[in-house]
Amino acid sequence: MSVSNIDWSEIGQATIDTLAMLGGSMVLTIALGLPLGVVLFLTGKGQMLENRLANGALSLLVNILRSVPFVILLIVMIPLTVALVGTSLGVAGAIPPLVVGAAPFFARLVETALREVDRGVIEASFAMGAKRRQVVLGALLPEALPGLVAAATVTAVALVSYTAMAGVVGAGGLGDLAIRFGYQRFQTDVMIVTVVLMLVLVQALQMVGDAVVRRVSHR
Amino acid sequence: MIAFEAVSKTYAAGGNAALSAVSLSVQAGEVFGVIGASGAGKSTLIRLINGLETPTGGRVVVDGDDVAALGVDGLRALRRRVGMIFQHFNLLSGKTVAQNVAFPLKLAGRPAAEVTARTAELLERVGLTAHADKFPAQLSGGQKQRVGIARALATGPKILLCDEATSALDPETTEQILDLVSGLNRELGLTIVLITHEMDVVRRVCDRVAVLEAGRVVETGAVEDVFLHPASDTARRFVREADGEPAADAALTGRVVRLTFRGEATYKPVLGEVARTTGVDYSILGGRIHRLRETPYGQLTLALTGGDIGAAIAQFQAAGVRVDDLSGETAR
Repeated sequence: MSVSNIDWSEIGQATIDTLAMLGGSMVLTIALGLPLGVVLFLTGKGQMLENRLANGALSLLVNILRSVPFVILLIVMIPLTVALVGTSLGVAGAIPPLVVGAAPFFARLVETALREVDRGVIEASFAMGAKRRQVVLGALLPEALPGLVAAATVTAVALVSYTAMAGVVGAGGLGDLAIRFGYQRFQTDVMIVTVVLMLVLVQALQMVGDAVVRRVSHR
Repeated sequence: MIAFEAVSKTYAAGGNAALSAVSLSVQAGEVFGVIGASGAGKSTLIRLINGLETPTGGRVVVDGDDVAALGVDGLRALRRRVGMIFQHFNLLSGKTVAQNVAFPLKLAGRPAAEVTARTAELLERVGLTAHADKFPAQLSGGQKQRVGIARALATGPKILLCDEATSALDPETTEQILDLVSGLNRELGLTIVLITHEMDVVRRVCDRVAVLEAGRVVETGAVEDVFLHPASDTARRFVREADGEPAADAALTGRVVRLTFRGEATYKPVLGEVARTTGVDYSILGGRIHRLRETPYGQLTLALTGGDIGAAIAQFQAAGVRVDDLSGETAR
């Protein structure tokens, strides 16, 4: 085992693929998960759009998606992925299952972050003559911002490990490299390098996330 | 300005009523207090005024509008005419002081230049100009409530609702905030409704007070009357809490009376004069001298012995002092 065995250009490409999967799926996860989490919160008991039926249906959907192990989701999603992006392979093929796996998770975290917002602030906003939309956009979401950023950080870290699993179905990236070279060809050095890279990635995400939370939190 | 007409509020169907058949009227320009223990229905009552709660029976009429009959836009327009401040301030933690004050103006869609000018003017009024760019977490409780007040005044309301606005503050800060609130009443002619569980707050700033007990109004009147001559047990309890009035001792001899001096009579040497001319002896059981807003008053509980007690009482009354005979009320 020696460092010279490592094909660095392959590792570079895998890193880029992982970052592309992460970036693409993160953007879509937030785009889908944030509204879903807001609706989950607003239709909840005692909230401004309380609706047991809608809340129950959404909650069930989220729970179903969250209870499917991601490896299974990857495989089950293949026909849908092909229909959506034309392939189930590569970075593009990985993004739909990543989003479907992460968005419900993120939505639950969003719901929890919104619950942390002081009800008095919401009441005060209504007392000032705010419309519901103004309360949500002007008070609820800004007040929950530190919690929302923390939720996005946790989700991004979870997505890193999801991208590794996506490697199993031909998505490429660092996880794929670790399996193909490290596991199947017994190139332990390649595996170590990929694991270290993922560790660095996770650490960087967490540090950036924490820094942003500190920046936006004024409690 | 505000009228409650047989208003009831029940939260869960078949549950206990938070308010039962409450009728009140608040005149324009007065400071109206609602006092009650926790759970008496005070918060529900104040929230009916700006439609944060809706009555299950009766009507609430504010500034000519039946609150429950207003549509969404009408209710929002009413809320801009009714400011509200809160026990826990309810400021937006992620916005600066200036942004908090500007928030209701932005909600109302006012132009940016007006928002900036009005915000500066309001911060000046509450003495927070120097703190405009701080966040609420960097302020003291009293400063936070000042931000709350500036924010409540932003849209130029006619009515200010104070929801236990000083209950989370220390006594000194409470006094400053109450002074500020009284000033708004005098200078801007604001009609103020405040709810509290402290008689002291009522005594300092209110013109009239309603006493709430288990969702019912048990007493309403001018603060002077309710404070000096509480008619209900609830009001008596609040007054005693505020003053620590002693209960009469069963071992006392003589006739126990309570004298109430108001206004000028407070400062006259009535007691010595009456004792000299009627030969009545007195021992002082308890007393208080205070101010109800601008009016000085004194109350003394005495045990009278010897001499002509009847003449003494007549002489007190002639001097403008109210006399209540407490001899029959042993349980006080």
